Amino acid sequence: MRPVGTSVPDTFPKLLLEHAQQRGTRPAYREKDLGIWQTWTWSETKEAILRLAAGMKSMGLRRGDAVAIVGDNRPHLYWAIVAAQAVGALPVPLYQDSVAEEMIHVLTNADVRFAVVEDQEQTDKMLEIRDRCPMLEAVIYNDSRGMRHYDQPILHLYESVQEKGAAYLREHPGELEADIAQGKSEDIAILLYTSGTTGLPKGVSLSFGNLIFSGEVGRDFDQLTDQEETLAYLPMAWVGDNVFSIGQAYVAGFCVNCPESPETVLTDLREIGPTYYFAPPSVYERMLTQVMIRIEDAGALKQWLFNTFMAVARRCGTDILDGKSVSASDRLLYALGELCVYGPLKNVLGLSRIRVAYTAGEAIGPELFAFFRSLGINIKQLYGQTEASVFICAQPNGQVRSDTVGPPTPGVEVRIDDSGEVFYRSPGVFQAYHKNPEATAKTKSEDNWVATGDAGFFDNEGHLKIIDRVKDVGRMSDSSLFAPKYIENKLKFFAFIKHVVCFGDGREYATAFINIDLNAVGNWAERRGLAYSGFTDLSARTEVYDLIQECVESVNADLARDEKLRNSQIARFLLLHKELDADDGELTRTSKVRRNIIDERYGPLIAALYDPSQDHCQIEAQITFEDGRKGTIRADLAIRDCKRVTESVKAAA
Amino acid sequence: MSERRHPIGEQLLSVDHISLSFGGVKALSDISLYVKEHEIFSIIGPNGAGKTSMLNVINGFYHPQEGEITFRGVHRKRMRPYEAAKQGIARTFQNVALFKGMSTLDNLMSGRLLKMHKNIFWQALHLGPAREEELQHREKVEEIIDFLEIQAIRKVPVGRLPYGLQKRVELGRALAMEPDLLLLDEPMAGMNLEEKQDMCRFILDINEEYGTTMILIEHDMGVVMDISDRVAVLDYGRKIADGPPDEVRANQEVIDAYLGVSHD
Repeated sequence: MRPVGTSVPDTFPKLLLEHAQQRGTRPAYREKDLGIWQTWTWSETKEAILRLAAGMKSMGLRRGDAVAIVGDNRPHLYWAIVAAQAVGALPVPLYQDSVAEEMIHVLTNADVRFAVVEDQEQTDKMLEIRDRCPMLEAVIYNDSRGMRHYDQPILHLYESVQEKGAAYLREHPGELEADIAQGKSEDIAILLYTSGTTGLPKGVSLSFGNLIFSGEVGRDFDQLTDQEETLAYLPMAWVGDNVFSIGQAYVAGFCVNCPESPETVLTDLREIGPTYYFAPPSVYERMLTQVMIRIEDAGALKQWLFNTFMAVARRCGTDILDGKSVSASDRLLYALGELCVYGPLKNVLGLSRIRVAYTAGEAIGPELFAFFRSLGINIKQLYGQTEASVFICAQPNGQVRSDTVGPPTPGVEVRIDDSGEVFYRSPGVFQAYHKNPEATAKTKSEDNWVATGDAGFFDNEGHLKIIDRVKDVGRMSDSSLFAPKYIENKLKFFAFIKHVVCFGDGREYATAFINIDLNAVGNWAERRGLAYSGFTDLSARTEVYDLIQECVESVNADLARDEKLRNSQIARFLLLHKELDADDGELTRTSKVRRNIIDERYGPLIAALYDPSQDHCQIEAQITFEDGRKGTIRADLAIRDCKRVTESVKAAA
Repeated sequence: MSERRHPIGEQLLSVDHISLSFGGVKALSDISLYVKEHEIFSIIGPNGAGKTSMLNVINGFYHPQEGEITFRGVHRKRMRPYEAAKQGIARTFQNVALFKGMSTLDNLMSGRLLKMHKNIFWQALHLGPAREEELQHREKVEEIIDFLEIQAIRKVPVGRLPYGLQKRVELGRALAMEPDLLLLDEPMAGMNLEEKQDMCRFILDINEEYGTTMILIEHDMGVVMDISDRVAVLDYGRKIADGPPDEVRANQEVIDAYLGVSHD
């Protein structure tokens, strides 16, 4: 194993050739097709990629051209990325659930000439916007189902491009190898558009050097080998997938497994049993919710077993995982629990073989985090950004906390400026925002320090703690600190709450919009025999308001303990009648709240929250259906006042 | 629509002068219909018009007092449902009739039963030729699972699925028989708009991909008019119209039947 920064093959196409030679028969990709896992070895992968690259070359793809990649995680699409890189072209993965309109900006901004897409759905989008993207010349589709009547000359079947490529390779021997040899570490490897909570998405260009640095950091930090198995299910347009499923996979040479369809991920997870896994907190949360629902439905004996052994795990599981000293009797009980409860449970979840798992993107609830760790699953947190090629901070084994993101990863420098903003510098720092030098200059200084836009501080163990976005940290009218995301996260740790938007900057008291979690609250309602017809109806129930009020008041009690945040306890809240949705522009594609849009759209509701004389408010909201049509829904929302813990109460207590 | 992969062919099924009554109730009176190969043919009509009875007659479940059925040039008066199945007629039911305790996969495999030839001894042992045969059937079933996009529920007991998905599984089971004629009894009943749209797509795709001839019974006029090649309208056991959707839509008798006029 070579140390960081000394990778001899310095691009992915070069690494591909090396793996095909060194571990040609090891699996590189797997995909479930017609119910059976199909495997491609490294040498088969090499063949497929070279043929595709040559095919695109024969169709006129040149060095420096941009190639869009759109679809779910499929081996064929991962190959398209490396095939483009082999020719010296620039791959641009797009979020596959974006509507056609949203894609125009990326396709035109990146001057995309070729698009490699998964199926009919994505092809239709390309055809829809083709006349507004004049650069687009060829669309290569992988799955021809339902496309028999498509005769547009711009469409090409993936396999037929590969056939052209095979012929091209015979006619021009050595040409593609020369192209690959021409690639350098500082060439742009990929252009990733960040969803951005404000404005149009910006293209972040990352070089081979950036991604290979992240691959090597990950490999050395967690001792990844070519024996790892991962499940690639997070969007290919997201930096994390590029680092985990391409960067680290190509550096360490391990196998990337692609699920059968986005709906089957949990089944596929169980069948594959990954050893290295990444998921945002919401995925872990969904797992836990499922487990809890099924346990509540289980018989008395099973419930007793579960509860008893989970108590043991809570007491000593995390310490055992961290290698701390634990009494012999607890160790014995834990071993018994592993046999009766933890082992089978991990097996059902598909987490039996996990060596390292990461969570990032959002804060993770302490209880959720402890649940998985106490089962012996080594979940750790990391803090990263697209602009950093992911790694800024990560938790080493044995130093895992739920409220920090760990010390800076090797090779990364981090500093915090006077305003509390976090800055970093590393070999992973992005090259530039595509065609946007002003934005690049604003984010990245001359000497390569990058502003994260996050406010945070180091605790006394040297672990970084992130509070909120710098621009979102505000002041209440009495000038005390208001960190909306911090409060929102605390609320979201309750299974009943899915999304929260807090208000309070420049105000006398804090308020919140809350979205209930339809699954969890629906299940709760069912148990109580509470009939409801849908999300809107359930959200309007007094009983549900009571339930959520309890959650809010317990967060208030929690906030009251913190001198700085005492004044931002939630005074009033309401339950929104519709789920905040990325299709309506209210969330980003990675489920972050877009505050400016919310402010604009729900102005009357915010006004009502700050008008103590109102206890309900009418609202009309626009919704976008999955096929892009729009409609409106109306509702009359109740507003609830909450108890706040005041000093006098505390003194009395 | 541009030219079809399976152009409409000769008559596959014809039903001539069928009358069916239960005691004194006349369910069908003197009805004649025909369906051509690769066609999507719909039977519509208000509640109690005799649509399901018609399907039951074709499928051999009811035996009409009068009339004759010709399927692939063979005349018949009486037939049992399993004979119909053997000849290549599959159907789905208005109220889903699946094996609730079995998984989606097993339900679909049950649709292949008629095509399994190895005897029960080999099958019970799951050895040699029977194993080989089962693998082939499984492959066909997996193709259908992929086609209907139900991979995620492959191993879920059908009873736990929402209604819309159960309907899709039932369609899958009928498809597993690789039928020449598929009878769909209100495939869209009780579905929401999105599920209906999905089902329409599947019906059109099946016709396109496998060339399956279909007889469809449906309440929802809009849906039927969009996807059918020909439509017949029944009212009180009588056929009041038969033809391409546009023609039927303009037919005064049909409008009356749907908007309601007094029947003496």
